[in-house]
Amino acid sequence: MTQLSALYQDVILEHNRAPRNFRRMDDADRHAEGRNPLCGDQITVWLKLDGEVISDVSFDGSGCAISKASASLMTAAVKGKTRAEVEALFGRFREVVTGQTAEETRGDGLGKLAVFSGIAAFPVRVKCATLSWHALKAALYSGAEQVSTE
Amino acid sequence: MPATAVAATGLPAAGTPRLDVARVRSEFPILATRVHGRPLVYLDNAATTQKPQAVIESLDRYYRAENANIHRGVHYLSQLATEAYEAAREKVARFLNAASSREVVFVRGATEGINLVAQTFARSVVRPGDEILITGMEHHSNIVPWQLLAEQTGAVLRVAPLTDAGELDFDGFERLLGERTRLVSVVHLSNALGTINPVRRITAAAHARGIPVLVDGAQSAPHLGVDVQALGCDFFVFSAHKLFGPTGIGVLYGREALLERMPPWQGGGDMISSVSFERSTWAGLPAKFEAGTPHIAGAIGLGTAIDWLSAIGLDAVAAHEDELLGYATAAVGRIPGVTLIGTAREKASILSFSLGGVHPHDIGQVLDLEGIAIRAGHHCAQPVMQRFGVAATARASFAVYNTAAEVDALVAGLGTVRRVFAQ
Repeated sequence: MTQLSALYQDVILEHNRAPRNFRRMDDADRHAEGRNPLCGDQITVWLKLDGEVISDVSFDGSGCAISKASASLMTAAVKGKTRAEVEALFGRFREVVTGQTAEETRGDGLGKLAVFSGIAAFPVRVKCATLSWHALKAALYSGAEQVSTE
Repeated sequence: MPATAVAATGLPAAGTPRLDVARVRSEFPILATRVHGRPLVYLDNAATTQKPQAVIESLDRYYRAENANIHRGVHYLSQLATEAYEAAREKVARFLNAASSREVVFVRGATEGINLVAQTFARSVVRPGDEILITGMEHHSNIVPWQLLAEQTGAVLRVAPLTDAGELDFDGFERLLGERTRLVSVVHLSNALGTINPVRRITAAAHARGIPVLVDGAQSAPHLGVDVQALGCDFFVFSAHKLFGPTGIGVLYGREALLERMPPWQGGGDMISSVSFERSTWAGLPAKFEAGTPHIAGAIGLGTAIDWLSAIGLDAVAAHEDELLGYATAAVGRIPGVTLIGTAREKASILSFSLGGVHPHDIGQVLDLEGIAIRAGHHCAQPVMQRFGVAATARASFAVYNTAAEVDALVAGLGTVRRVFAQ
């Protein structure tokens, strides 16, 4: 695999072209915006909570292929999960994209998110891959981002 | 479509001074670097230029053989260092055609030069409601210092509009020149658009109303011949590192009469005539604005860079870069999906563009893997990005050592970008 195809894997390119859950959610319980001031990327994550469980999640905004595909795959991965499960998944994802796990086991337990394991060789792109995750975490844990549903 | 009127043949106009690019390139050790297994194609010269062997050696020589503090020692090395530092000031004065080297103040860079003018000249003349006039194509370094001044003084920042081609709307600019305008501060060559501003017209219009003009020459100094007297500007700033010199050193040129009237900026050693606990008096020009031990090696390195560039000749440099920009504008402009951002009639050295829906960071990433260095982002000119409705652009910027073959590599790299991100 070339460096180019290790970074821009087909799944990433496909999600960049046709992102899932790419919409503003006007009746969201909460939302939070993630911004990367270095490149001007901006992604807002919207979610509905059923107790501890994320019952629906979406995102909108603009960003590079990595940040957009990451947000798309994240929304698909966290729907139906509890806060604690999301927290654990983000921790694992972050370890993988920052290269803190052994290469052989790098994608284990991440499902489709494993396509981002190539990011570890591109440290400047780690922020692109984690932008939507930070926004999600802010929405999950900060009451200030609550939006009115009525 | 490309907007510059340069033919795409790559052939120079008759009578244009020729440049031996291969020889120029051989003087830059870093250009032999390989990136991801490919030869480096360095097209990020508007961010910073690479350094020729002569500049690298002058820094080395200074620290090996000449290092001492300046303006105070009676010893041999201090005299040597002082002479070399002041010789660099003379070189800058000649390079800019300043009336005197007393008008050349060494600062950290263009940014510090603008901040100095804002906090000394402007702060001492501006009253609440007075205006500073800039243009819509300024770098953040020619926006934020005035916003800080406005907060401190109650002054108002006014912004002259741009046309869709990225040129200054001169009528709009003139309409904003008013009773309350205390200073005009304009970029000479836009880092985000490549536009060359009509500085002579600007200074003439401002001076007709008694308003002084600062010119931000960060991009222009390495590419256009600068004659501050012909331009008629009152202040001119540039950075050495964009002119093949070291980082951390730059120049503020100011007309002597204005510099004389301005209060000092930073207090400290070297900028005083005498100090007591009751009262201190200031040194004459330019020492009044150079508190503390300066970047001596940097100033000497800048002097060497000026010698190096002058030996090639700025006419030859400008002709070479115009040819290259014309070739690149045509070749990149032909690529399906490319939109050029900044299509002014008068341009130099900078090609900003977008490519379909591909984010500029992804363009920059794919090109990097092919060994090609460009800039992707807002270029510290977010208001310019807003004016043209983009979050960011990709920017290739050229210098004297770039070649048509490197433009071809860029075009091929953009072909790879299109393949990877085929919609």
